[in-house]
Amino acid sequence: MEKTNGQIRIGFYICHCGTNIASSVDVQKVTDFAATLPNVVVAKHYKYMCSDPGQDMIINDIKEQNLNRVVVAACSPFLHERTFRNATFQGGLNQFYFQMVNTREQNAWVHLDPLASTDKAIDLVRAAVQRVASHKPLEQKKVPIHPDVLVIGGGIAGIHAALTLGNAGKKVYLVEKEPTIGGHMAMFDKTFPTLDCAACILTPKMSAVKNHPNIKLCTYSEVEKIDGYVGNFKVTIKHKPRFIIDDLCVGCMDCVEACVYKEARFPDEFNQGLSRRKPVYMPFPQATPQLVLIDPETCIWFKSGKCKKTCVDACERKAVDLEQQARVEEVEVGSIVVATGFQPFDSKKISYYGYGNYPNVYTSLEVERLINASGPTQGVVVLRDGSHPKTIGIVHCVGSRDKNTNSWCSRVCCLYSVKLAHLLKEHTGAEIYNFYIDMRTPGKSMEEFYNRIAEEGMKFIRGRVADIYPDMSDPDHKKLIMKAEDTLIQEIIKVPVDMVVLSVGLEPRHDAQQVRRMLNISCSTEGFYIERHPKLAPVSTFTDGIFLAGCCQGPKDIPDTVAQAGAAAAEVLALIDRGFIELEPNTAFITEEECSGCKSCIHLCPYTAISFLEEKKKAFINEALCKGCGTCVAACPSGSIKQNLFDDEEIYSEIDGILNFDHISRELSYV
Amino acid sequence: MYKEKTEKGHQIKIVAFFCNWCTYTAADLAGVSRIKHAPNFRVIRVMCSGRVDPQFILDAFSKGADGVLIGGCHPGDCHYIEGNYKCLRRFQLFKKVVADLGIEADRLRLEWISASEGDKVRLVINDMVSKIQKLGPLDLPAKYKSWDSEMELLEKCVREQSNEIIKEEMEVISHG
Repeated sequence: MEKTNGQIRIGFYICHCGTNIASSVDVQKVTDFAATLPNVVVAKHYKYMCSDPGQDMIINDIKEQNLNRVVVAACSPFLHERTFRNATFQGGLNQFYFQMVNTREQNAWVHLDPLASTDKAIDLVRAAVQRVASHKPLEQKKVPIHPDVLVIGGGIAGIHAALTLGNAGKKVYLVEKEPTIGGHMAMFDKTFPTLDCAACILTPKMSAVKNHPNIKLCTYSEVEKIDGYVGNFKVTIKHKPRFIIDDLCVGCMDCVEACVYKEARFPDEFNQGLSRRKPVYMPFPQATPQLVLIDPETCIWFKSGKCKKTCVDACERKAVDLEQQARVEEVEVGSIVVATGFQPFDSKKISYYGYGNYPNVYTSLEVERLINASGPTQGVVVLRDGSHPKTIGIVHCVGSRDKNTNSWCSRVCCLYSVKLAHLLKEHTGAEIYNFYIDMRTPGKSMEEFYNRIAEEGMKFIRGRVADIYPDMSDPDHKKLIMKAEDTLIQEIIKVPVDMVVLSVGLEPRHDAQQVRRMLNISCSTEGFYIERHPKLAPVSTFTDGIFLAGCCQGPKDIPDTVAQAGAAAAEVLALIDRGFIELEPNTAFITEEECSGCKSCIHLCPYTAISFLEEKKKAFINEALCKGCGTCVAACPSGSIKQNLFDDEEIYSEIDGILNFDHISRELSYV
Repeated sequence: MYKEKTEKGHQIKIVAFFCNWCTYTAADLAGVSRIKHAPNFRVIRVMCSGRVDPQFILDAFSKGADGVLIGGCHPGDCHYIEGNYKCLRRFQLFKKVVADLGIEADRLRLEWISASEGDKVRLVINDMVSKIQKLGPLDLPAKYKSWDSEMELLEKCVREQSNEIIKEEMEVISHG
């Protein structure tokens, strides 16, 4: 400013973005136009403004032409505002002497007429040039980062993220809503493409989590509330009652043995209801932590209040506590990893596949359990009537790539179907038919895996199964007919099978919206959480300090999930080790001389950042609490509240610019 | 399908205030998904729809906007807990004021568009543009001019009349 005697000197740059912008917006015309605007000293266009030469152009122009404001018309500010603010700073200016014009996402990419796009760009450039003149130098507030981390979800993503963070010496709270960690992966038998058993690779990690000095494992717990912001989140964790005292239980199962129900008679969730459990039970043999729990929904004591309570007497360590209550704990963390996973598609939604009606129709997750050596049948594949299947049909894309259910490809089903085909063949020797739409086997070693299995003598039929119905020619009506069009030979085929496997897709959890609201992050239309940028910030969210890992962000296989969990952990570590984060300085403040003390603003602030100074009769905004929404600014009748970055003056000048409103000629018309 | 201009060739211009977290992101998503829509709107980014001062709306209309669109997060989804409710409250009151000013209801619109609703951006904008096209331009600045000249005319008349009265009175006085 000193060098320019208070004169405003603006540098304007428009980016071609290759041809992304330049093919719809006449960049030369916009540049020529910008050069005619008041205060614009430099107006240039360049192929890639975000590249090094592009940024250098800004930096050099600031120095050589004594610029004191910069406007760049390029992509969305979400993508490169930071880049250009940094270039402005590198040139020796306050980084907030910068304004960006969204010319790609909200212009070049969405309009068909280049003339209209150019007109729009011109209006917005005029607005930005007028706005930037009233920008003020601002300082970013540094917020310290609490070094502890919350990981929500104890599947493989949460486990891996927690271990990485724990190994780096950070304290981690791993919260899992189920009684054991392990998630869906613990239910799988073997994993593609290497066919190593899921338990062999997962259970060591589970026990590592349990025994890790830096990880506080909270199973059967839920995050109830999250307050605060990056660096300083206050998390309320609810520990649901297991009716077992954690510290005393050693998992000996004497209580299970002693239960008044001599027979296990309630569907076992872990085995997908294919086996039975008692009201007091261990979720599965390798459950971590090794603690039993009592399910009040099925326990006769909780239902009727009448029971001999044999479980209580059976426990020598007096660990059974039927009076146990939910316990609420509050912890402070600086960052959060969301690894809440997915839910399998509910096959009942596709009625013509007969899941739930025909006993011999299974979901893929049920088959995982059937094949598993510690599953309900110890790995022997028997149908619900006890017979062994001789022909098996596998239906791909159940609840995937289907506009009636879920439109997306769930990415893992083709490969796990091939894996199940292999395992079922190995276990039963049955003849196996795969009905697929397209075989999708991306990823390292995946196509090779598919080719290898295909050579084992599986039958692959290209066609979506249209109907499944009982074979009336079968005397027991047990066989099922799978009807499909084989699109390679263009014929309708009907295949009689003993067993049908539905390869269900992955979808967002039913409570994904609830969790999203709690975390203040966004969901895509499908319900998967949105990352900050699909390529450049794939594990960050729009909310600073909250990161994503695993299938809550979108369907993915185990290698990708683990890689993403590692990436989320690395982002968290970068945040913690830096020690602080700089916040956008878009907070509001009060100009005391203009405040009339009307108190309109005070009740408007959801963060109670505004208080009333009784002795001065003025409102006061606590900058540390202000999140910068600007609601109070809009409400202040005397205009005494100002918001940094979004001040009235700045917004009015944008309106003027957009509408090409000329104050001078307007005033002249009055004269 | 939208048309950019009205039959008389006036280019409709809508000033849109989009909240940073939902609607602005949705407009970006529309871009990433290449969802084509009418080019007649110009977005001003605000952090929250609660920041939209009713005066911004009046200002935009008075300076020549043919429509004003406010986009915020769905109820319950506000990044700032309840800024969108504050916006809604003001909007409900303010649209009555706008109606009293003789500005048609279709020219002012509040929409909840979440970050995932890129297609809703298209629907809302195309719908609003086509409705305003039917109404034609608002063009308050031009109206101000005609009002101003009316005022001038009135003033002139009043002045002339009063001059005449004065003249008459003067005559009465001089004759008297």
